[in-house]
Amino acid sequence: MATDPPSILRTRSAVSGERIVERVLLACGLLSILTTAAIVAVLFFETFEFFSEVSIFEFFGDTQWTPLFVDKHFGIWPLVSGTLLTSAIAIGVALPFGLLAAVYLAEFARPNVRRVLKPTLELLAGVPTIVYGYFALVALTPVLQKLVPDLAGFNALSPGIAMGIMIIPMISSLSEDAIHAVPQSMREGAYALGAGRIQTIFRVVLPTAMSGIAASVVLAISRAVGETMIVAIAAGQQPRLTADPRVPVETMTAYIVQVGLGDTPTGTIEYRTIFAVGATLFLMTFVINIASQRLSRRYRESYG
Amino acid sequence: MSNDSRPPSRFAEVLLRVLCLGAAVLPVLLLLALIVDVAQQASGRLSWEFVTSYPSRHAEKAGILPGIAGSLWLITITAGAALPLGVGAALYLEEYAKRGRLANLIEVNLANLAGVPSIIYGLLGLELFVRFMGMGRSLLAGGLAMALLVLPVVIMSSREALRTVPTQLREAGMALGSTRWQVTRQIVLPMAMPGILTGAILAIARAIGEAAPLILLGALTYVDFLPDGVNSPFTVLPIQIFNWVSRPQPGFVIAAAAGIIVLLVTLLFLSGIAIYLRNRFEQQRG
Repeated sequence: MATDPPSILRTRSAVSGERIVERVLLACGLLSILTTAAIVAVLFFETFEFFSEVSIFEFFGDTQWTPLFVDKHFGIWPLVSGTLLTSAIAIGVALPFGLLAAVYLAEFARPNVRRVLKPTLELLAGVPTIVYGYFALVALTPVLQKLVPDLAGFNALSPGIAMGIMIIPMISSLSEDAIHAVPQSMREGAYALGAGRIQTIFRVVLPTAMSGIAASVVLAISRAVGETMIVAIAAGQQPRLTADPRVPVETMTAYIVQVGLGDTPTGTIEYRTIFAVGATLFLMTFVINIASQRLSRRYRESYG
Repeated sequence: MSNDSRPPSRFAEVLLRVLCLGAAVLPVLLLLALIVDVAQQASGRLSWEFVTSYPSRHAEKAGILPGIAGSLWLITITAGAALPLGVGAALYLEEYAKRGRLANLIEVNLANLAGVPSIIYGLLGLELFVRFMGMGRSLLAGGLAMALLVLPVVIMSSREALRTVPTQLREAGMALGSTRWQVTRQIVLPMAMPGILTGAILAIARAIGEAAPLILLGALTYVDFLPDGVNSPFTVLPIQIFNWVSRPQPGFVIAAAAGIIVLLVTLLFLSGIAIYLRNRFEQQRG
């Protein structure tokens, strides 16, 4: 008859079971913190070893980056400038397109148009970066070579543009959210004061949504700085301190790929350079991401 | 606005509208044109033979079978590690954690992890899995590094799915004497499952297209064998494409185009499943 165990036992085993479950789930949550700690530890350790062989003044003072040559120079600036150049071109493309697309989605599009267009635009960010790399090298560069004189086969311009197309949806989607969050009453107030639609958009809606828009742009910059495959395929592998978008350059990410493709033995100085470059990249994106989070928190606070 | 009291013409408004529409539609058209161009390039090479043969020195004979096999192995390992861990972390944050310092710290940390460039996960995996844990440049090391990479995505989408389950259902379960885990396992998880799966598929899609960290973790560019276990060296679809696109001979560019079509069809198939699940999920909620 009494097939169930006495209720007090069941409760006790259930309670201890509960504790185990909670611990296991907590461990899963803590894993993300461990991951961050491991990233910082790995980058710090190898970078520390790197700086025991290369002076930090050379790293930040030299203007050449040639660790794979016989005459080694370890100045990070050519890689940083390559990264900033391609990222700047990408933002130059993505900002106007992304912002205008966001204005269209939030202010002009009918709800059913918006429902189709927004996810379609987001497809751009879902395409693997290797496809954009192919696009930049095989399709875009030959076209651009007809328009831009002296454009090299590998250059900063073409991968920059391809990257820009890829990050349009980051700007458009997040900016659209920010524009959408501007209270309708503010638009109505502007109309009541006799403002037209254009005036309302440019003098009321966009300034109000500014911190949200800025957060989306900053996030897009971070994405462009960390993007790897497009620049590894189409920008060339020549670290060069230049602002000329027509010549081959090398970004920080592309350098790490270049070393990763070769057979660099662990523990050598060449091997450690990728961690020093990785640490620089990590710090840059970290600062940019924090800035973006600050901005987006501000826009959430201003009209919950 | 008093200094400019003349309202802009109707024409200017229409112009802005067209400009904005163009900004939204043009990139999509460009992507479409790109895919059509790639498909045309690939049309001569795409065949059953292409997906069932090994890479070759001769562009016209090169196939992508090891890439397909490697990608399948890799996402199996990645999903096997990232899904339980990610759903577990999401359950902790949504169902168990009290609003406090620890939950807050995990949350801030997740937001930052999601913004770490993928190549950094390659450096982490290289040092932690390949060297420190002695896995070597293997499928296991690659799959685990990829799992860490997609973990924030899995956690965030799972949390969103869990949040859609009404609180009353949890309270009803508790009122009937169930423990928290019983409520979670028997009520919350089944209801959130389609949403969790949708997020999981999107995370897997991300892992399939990702190449950068794997270059550091030993995905080889020339592999003429199939993996025979988790310790095997390997290649994946995007790495194989990368190798072909980097070669000067035009024949390999065509092979790369064919590889891209295989990759895109795989992703399309996965996204289709995700959309199907989401629709079914939304129908259930009514």
